[in-house]
Amino acid sequence: MIVAAKILIAYLIIQGALLCLIAAVGTLRLPDVYTRMHASSKGATLGVASVLLGVFFYYWFINGVFSGKVLLGIVFIFLTVPVGSHLLGRAAYSVGVKLDKRSVQDDYKGHRNFVIKHKDDSYL
Amino acid sequence: MNGHDTNDLILQTITKVTSFIILLFSFHLFLAGHNNPGGGFIGGLMTSSAIVLLLLAYDLKTVRQALPINFIYVAAAGLLIAILTGVGSFLFNVPFLSHSFGYFQLPILGKTELATAVLFDIGVYLVVVGITMTIIQTIGEKE
Repeated sequence: MIVAAKILIAYLIIQGALLCLIAAVGTLRLPDVYTRMHASSKGATLGVASVLLGVFFYYWFINGVFSGKVLLGIVFIFLTVPVGSHLLGRAAYSVGVKLDKRSVQDDYKGHRNFVIKHKDDSYL
Repeated sequence: MNGHDTNDLILQTITKVTSFIILLFSFHLFLAGHNNPGGGFIGGLMTSSAIVLLLLAYDLKTVRQALPINFIYVAAAGLLIAILTGVGSFLFNVPFLSHSFGYFQLPILGKTELATAVLFDIGVYLVVVGITMTIIQTIGEKE
């Protein structure tokens, strides 16, 4: 039982670390902001979430502690990281960052400022 | 809520969910401070970060409507509470800021340790929330 749990935990943590590494490589290698955002947000979300899941199982099976904080962290990361990268990509597009030269289609062309219509006293 | 014609639907929807998670976790940090990492300072910082998230997703006017609090008074109330917990120890003929604790039988929680240091921590919490929100609202306001 303990051995199976240890194998599961090791698998989850190694998978998470590898996904984070792949996300980092993708951030380095991909050509423009949007594809980099695509790589880093998805890879890092799932990577960090699986590391946290491994930590949760470690505390649960090995130490006998049910750590709700780690579960809350997983939920929080799954909720917030995509929104953060969505906002980054939207801000980049509305500032006018070009797509990569090889891009075929840009459906938002001409709607550069579709995002921030000037709010009165907003921080965005 | 979003009276203006901005296009922040995703951010505002997620803010409605996550700000409650942040507030809950800050409350947990505040209560956990006696035996675990946490306490008044970091709890207050996380509470004000939840309000800052609301400020980012909505605008200053909307948040003022939702939380009609002058945060200067919050900081003042925190200082008052912290000083009163210090002065309160004079009632029992002990030096300033002496704290004590005891075990009580509470209805739902059972045997619980209640310490007067929590009262002081409430003061720290209110001061931190008040000062942080005052700084951010003052900087963020257009003159």
